[in-house]
Amino acid sequence: MFDNIGQMVLLFWRTLGALPLAWRQRQKVFEQFFEIGNASLLMVCMLSFFIGGVLSLQTGPALVERGLPSAVGGIVGLAVARELAPVMMAILIAGRIGSAMAAEIGSMRVYQEIDALRTMNINPIHYLVLPRLVAIALALPMLVVLAILIGWFGGATVAEINHHMAIPFAVFFGDLRSMVELKDVANGVFKTFCFAIIIGTVSCHQGLATIGGPRGIGRSVTKAVVNSIILIVMFDYILTRLLLH
Amino acid sequence: MNSTDQKPYGVKLEVRGLRKSFASQEVLQGLDFTVQPGEIFVIMGPSGSGKSVLLKHLIGLEAPDAGEILVNGESIMTPEIAAKYRMALVFQSGALLNSLTVGENVGLYLTEHRLKPPAEIERIVREKLADVRLSEAIHKMPGELSGGMKKRAAIARALVIEPQLILYDEPTSELDPLSSVVIGQEIWNLNQNTRVTSLVVTHDRDLAFGVADRIAVMDGGQILTIGTPEAVKAFPDARVQTFLNADFKREPRFKNI
Repeated sequence: MFDNIGQMVLLFWRTLGALPLAWRQRQKVFEQFFEIGNASLLMVCMLSFFIGGVLSLQTGPALVERGLPSAVGGIVGLAVARELAPVMMAILIAGRIGSAMAAEIGSMRVYQEIDALRTMNINPIHYLVLPRLVAIALALPMLVVLAILIGWFGGATVAEINHHMAIPFAVFFGDLRSMVELKDVANGVFKTFCFAIIIGTVSCHQGLATIGGPRGIGRSVTKAVVNSIILIVMFDYILTRLLLH
Repeated sequence: MNSTDQKPYGVKLEVRGLRKSFASQEVLQGLDFTVQPGEIFVIMGPSGSGKSVLLKHLIGLEAPDAGEILVNGESIMTPEIAAKYRMALVFQSGALLNSLTVGENVGLYLTEHRLKPPAEIERIVREKLADVRLSEAIHKMPGELSGGMKKRAAIARALVIEPQLILYDEPTSELDPLSSVVIGQEIWNLNQNTRVTSLVVTHDRDLAFGVADRIAVMDGGQILTIGTPEAVKAFPDARVQTFLNADFKREPRFKNI
């Protein structure tokens, strides 16, 4: 993975340089944006509801036992907003969308469609990478905002219906409001934006670097997902350190 | 006006001392040849002789280790000079973008570079598809086309550029004999109608001897001989004759169709 980091940075830099052309490619950006939303929305809702629920289930009874039922909402709220929603959704999108990007661009590379673009003087970075990167950078933070809200709702639901806790919605959200600040959500969304850039860059790079036939495409897809997840977890630590201070 | 009386629209292509190695294998070993404006120049040779690599150099998809490529006397090794000349490559597989319809593929160059308004682009696309007798496929996806139709669509896409040099990479590979004849006709008719300089890379002898003004035979990254079809047939080199030895008596007559 690390031997490709320079190439990935270069690809990102070139895409950044092409950003003024994003408006010209808006049709493709919208297509990608809706594809990401369409492919991920239901999964995001289900995953985030259960993440919030399981967090509530894991922490709630212990806190209630120690006489801290009012802390459940705050802990679930903070954990979901700062960490779980951004990281879990990024991993989900790396698997669902990053793999699709690498496969699509990889097959275009293998079947000479990218060469055909170049012979028509169409820059593959402008035509393929830019719309995907812009779309994922817009879509993923939006999905994470939704995931945070649903995660909180899942946590509150489990806290209320679980007989070990039986914490009313009002108490749960009252505590959540007192502990979670807007900057916590903003930090989570900012981290997600960075993860989206990582997923888009890594996946497009792997697609463009595909060699060989269908086997090469398979290898690229695997690399795109694995490398994205590794970088997401590494950058999660780095960004968390920076944002906490 | 007789089409053959027109002034050649195509460019002159010169390849000088072109060399390319991949790892330790020298795929192109100092190629030298010239293609005259408006000529159909065919490069023949067995698989692995370096023909496709040569085409990628000509269109700028690969950079040579040594040597140069000149168009109308100017080196096209710099992107600025290369951009001056309109060159198109018809890929072996057609290389149509699978996510676009045939019409969108054919108009892609004009659409992406915003060279014409949408209505004008549609008119040109319909015209070019009609030129290759593929009008009915305008709304079809590439996956719905046969191999021959894909190649004709790829030719239509190349025509939209209004090329001065058109390169064909194995245009009849994987096609049945009838489709091969149709593609041969398209190459011939296009050259006669526009006088575009055409370079065809193939190992299809019927196609080569049917359309070529001159033929070069390549093997092992070298050009063994260059000449008119008759001269190449008579060239007394064992490797050339081994490649050409079969069935010379039946000569298809693309030029007369």
